[in-house]
Amino acid sequence: MLSGNLLHMIKTIMTIHTLVNPAFSFFKKTISITLLSLCMPLFADSSDAAKNSHHYAEISNMLIDGSFSEKQQAISLIANWPNAGAIAALEALMNGNLLYDLRDRSLIASTEAVLMTVTPMGLTPYQGSPDYTDRVRINNRIRSDSRKILASLQLISDRREVRASAISEMLRQLDTQDLERIAIARAQESDDRIATQMDIALRIGILVNGESDTETLISAIEWLSHHLEPAAYNAITRVYKTHEDSEVTQAAKRAIKRIESKKNLFKNIETLFFGLSLGSVLVLAAIGLAITFGVMGVINMAHGELIMIGAYTTFVIQQLMPNNISLSIIVAIPTAFLVTAMVGIAMERLVIRHLYGRPLETLLATFGISLILQQAVRTIFSPLNQSVSTPDWMSGMLHINTALSLSWNRIYIILFCLFTFFTLLMIMKRSALGLQVRAVSQNRTMARAMGVRSERVDILTFALGSGIAGIAGVALSLITNVGPNLGQSYIIDSFIVVVFGGVGNLYGTLVAGMSLGVLNKFMEPWAGAVLAKILLLVFIILFIQKRPKGLFPQRGRAVEN
Amino acid sequence: MHIIKKLALATTITLATISSQAAETIKVGVLHSLSGTMAISETTLKDTMLMLIDEQNKKGGLLGKKLEAVVVDPASNWPLFAERARELLSVSKVDAVFGCWTSVSRKSVLPVFEELNGLLFYPVQYEGEESSKNVFYTGAAPNQQAIPAVDYLMNEMGIKRWVLAGTDYVYPRTTNRILEAYLKSKGVADSDILVNYTPFGHSDWQSIVANIKRFGSAGKPTAVVSTINGDANVPFYKELSNQNVSAETIPVVAFSVGEEELSGIDTSDLVGHLAAWNYFMSVKSPENSAFIKKWQDFTKNKNRVTNDPMEAHYIGFNMWVKAVEKAGTTDTDAVQKAMIGIEVPNLTGGMAKMLPNHHITKPVLIGEIQNNGQFDVVWSTKGSIPGDAWSDFLPGSKDLIADWTSPINCGNYNTVTKQCGGQK
Repeated sequence: MLSGNLLHMIKTIMTIHTLVNPAFSFFKKTISITLLSLCMPLFADSSDAAKNSHHYAEISNMLIDGSFSEKQQAISLIANWPNAGAIAALEALMNGNLLYDLRDRSLIASTEAVLMTVTPMGLTPYQGSPDYTDRVRINNRIRSDSRKILASLQLISDRREVRASAISEMLRQLDTQDLERIAIARAQESDDRIATQMDIALRIGILVNGESDTETLISAIEWLSHHLEPAAYNAITRVYKTHEDSEVTQAAKRAIKRIESKKNLFKNIETLFFGLSLGSVLVLAAIGLAITFGVMGVINMAHGELIMIGAYTTFVIQQLMPNNISLSIIVAIPTAFLVTAMVGIAMERLVIRHLYGRPLETLLATFGISLILQQAVRTIFSPLNQSVSTPDWMSGMLHINTALSLSWNRIYIILFCLFTFFTLLMIMKRSALGLQVRAVSQNRTMARAMGVRSERVDILTFALGSGIAGIAGVALSLITNVGPNLGQSYIIDSFIVVVFGGVGNLYGTLVAGMSLGVLNKFMEPWAGAVLAKILLLVFIILFIQKRPKGLFPQRGRAVEN
Repeated sequence: MHIIKKLALATTITLATISSQAAETIKVGVLHSLSGTMAISETTLKDTMLMLIDEQNKKGGLLGKKLEAVVVDPASNWPLFAERARELLSVSKVDAVFGCWTSVSRKSVLPVFEELNGLLFYPVQYEGEESSKNVFYTGAAPNQQAIPAVDYLMNEMGIKRWVLAGTDYVYPRTTNRILEAYLKSKGVADSDILVNYTPFGHSDWQSIVANIKRFGSAGKPTAVVSTINGDANVPFYKELSNQNVSAETIPVVAFSVGEEELSGIDTSDLVGHLAAWNYFMSVKSPENSAFIKKWQDFTKNKNRVTNDPMEAHYIGFNMWVKAVEKAGTTDTDAVQKAMIGIEVPNLTGGMAKMLPNHHITKPVLIGEIQNNGQFDVVWSTKGSIPGDAWSDFLPGSKDLIADWTSPINCGNYNTVTKQCGGQK
């Protein structure tokens, strides 16, 4: 519950800053006085430093040896320190960077390997030796408690982004005690977005305090219905379920409807994005196969293992340049292309070349190669998965609004997929090699008669297809396991995409991969992952029955033969 | 070089098996997949067994004879497990088998062990609802892992909404059935439980994680109880960190993710997510330090990690050695009898005891993932918990107990009807 005084204040502040509601204009004059009187106890100053030092030993003991619940108490004591000290201590604690000196038991914050002693007044350089320090052990409770208190302390920070993250953290688990602080911070807030978030919090306060009159409630609900904050939605739902006044519940119902329809829209956009990103992964995995299988007609069961080799190449490059994760991914792309192209050439020269025109034998031979490659990787790198780190610029999310944020990682993969696809398309359509490849695939004898060295074209085509598989491996290493079985999980999907799209047609592969991805993601929410996959396979079987040549059948003399 | 060495080793093992010195050695079968999907987890257990056997031989063997490992590769292929088990028991005539990982593989070899009266030591946490005369379960039963983990989340972290996410096969399905019944008995509403299954090796977790996020935004503390198995975990955790699902907002407690699985992931974004096991590499005890040192020496890799199923094999093997010494023979029936009541130290500073239901006592530990890929124990049971073969929370198995001592001598004895429902 809020005190009456505070309630007035919240209303007042809102009146001034956002709403024009004449009912509250009376309070306008009182605001500065209210603010002053409230500020005093809330932002306690350093006057009681002596008391702090007395507490310090107690707090550090609780943090070092105490049970987790004692540590929680310690955190609430730290919250009473002056801001600089409290923020430094809690930040270190939250990130697991709070150490202590084994001899004098003082607390130490370690930021990027620099040790600083934590005092109630702030950080001072640490004099002791790093060898005599140990870490303060924490758990989730401690982390989230520190984060929560930290948020309320940082609400009046000088830095915009700190305030922004503080208020969104507070909105996540809104406490009625926080509202006082938010109200005060709101009065001095200059940034519109942060101010809006604070208003959301304050209006949620109106919904939950149970003392507001109908009119205030309805206007708060009405205002909140334009925002997608989950906390707002939950508060409105609670009002809808518990409030007696039918006018209020009607307003709540309308608001819920409005929020839900908006949320649904964003949910669908999100699903579409997920579908496209799954589609990009499928296209990346399948596109190399579209060349070797689609254009050359070689059923290459070891295609998945070529992807795996691409992923392991990324891993090796990262091992070679551990301090340059971002660069390592860039370097890995051409390297993986070259490595897998070499493996592809070796396969083509040693095995596949002897089996042209015998699809069944090719299938068996390449399956054998795939097993050999898997076991080789198991022997060289161990059967355990290897870890490939994601560069910083690929992690995190692009926040569009509260209901919709897209992960960078997936955005880059979609872009990378499109880039690879169109580059490949250019090679096939515009380059001399592409022309020769198409000529050989359409009519080998005629092409040879025209002076095309078909054997060389075969090698290059296979190398190109394999190289693209390696590039796919680089992308996949960032989102999935880098292990000996990586390839197996993609080989079936790749064949499905190529066959569904129409053998021999690159556009077909793109459209098929994307549509399978989107279809899968739209089915998953109501069918579950297992059933969605089965339904998709059934759909493809039926589709192939009806149109055996896929979405974009190849035309030409070779096909008719 | 490496390949040649391995080939040479394999040949030696085969030759040793063929040669007729069977009388002088005691043979121990090792039935773990060395290729295929499960190789990632099971290869380690094969090496653990080789290390334990090697160590026992250095101590002078058993009953004055040397131990001899017979390693076979069932290649993550469930029917092949049964064939290889038959081969171990009837061709190689091993005295005990240590093996299997997935429940499917255990179910597949079970009839073979019962028919040929062999001994199987099964080292992995599993769904319970089973007790065979021929199997000793050294991994955790649901009451030694799943139930305490849920209790921890409910009582210590105040979790009100639950996502039960698992791979689609027998272990997650049964465990989730038990957990659902348990949660409902604690007053959790149907609408606060979300159950989700995914296929083996599922790699695209975007919509599932987004769904979990939405489920968790209803204003009540939410947690994910994960029985996701094997390879699918890496993309799952990667997606969690991609979508900023931190342990503070929605903690994930996993039953199949240990130190070894984490060694393939960058854990800096996963700090605080949980796992429930009966052993963690980070536990400080003299036995554990010695074990880790031996393991790293044996594998010649000072970064190799240890994990829970390895401890289970350590306990199982030591129990078997003690039982054989007690019985004075490796005869299956005599060892079976001798096993019950055997106590050996575990690696976390306590004792493990073999119970009449062929399960063992274990402490339950909850650990939080750290950014070095290790777990920090944040909670543990006061003492050891006895393994319960038949769950008390499922209507079908509530009244069942397993007791392989006289007079009951039964794996699924109904305490109400006083009837034995299966193998005697």
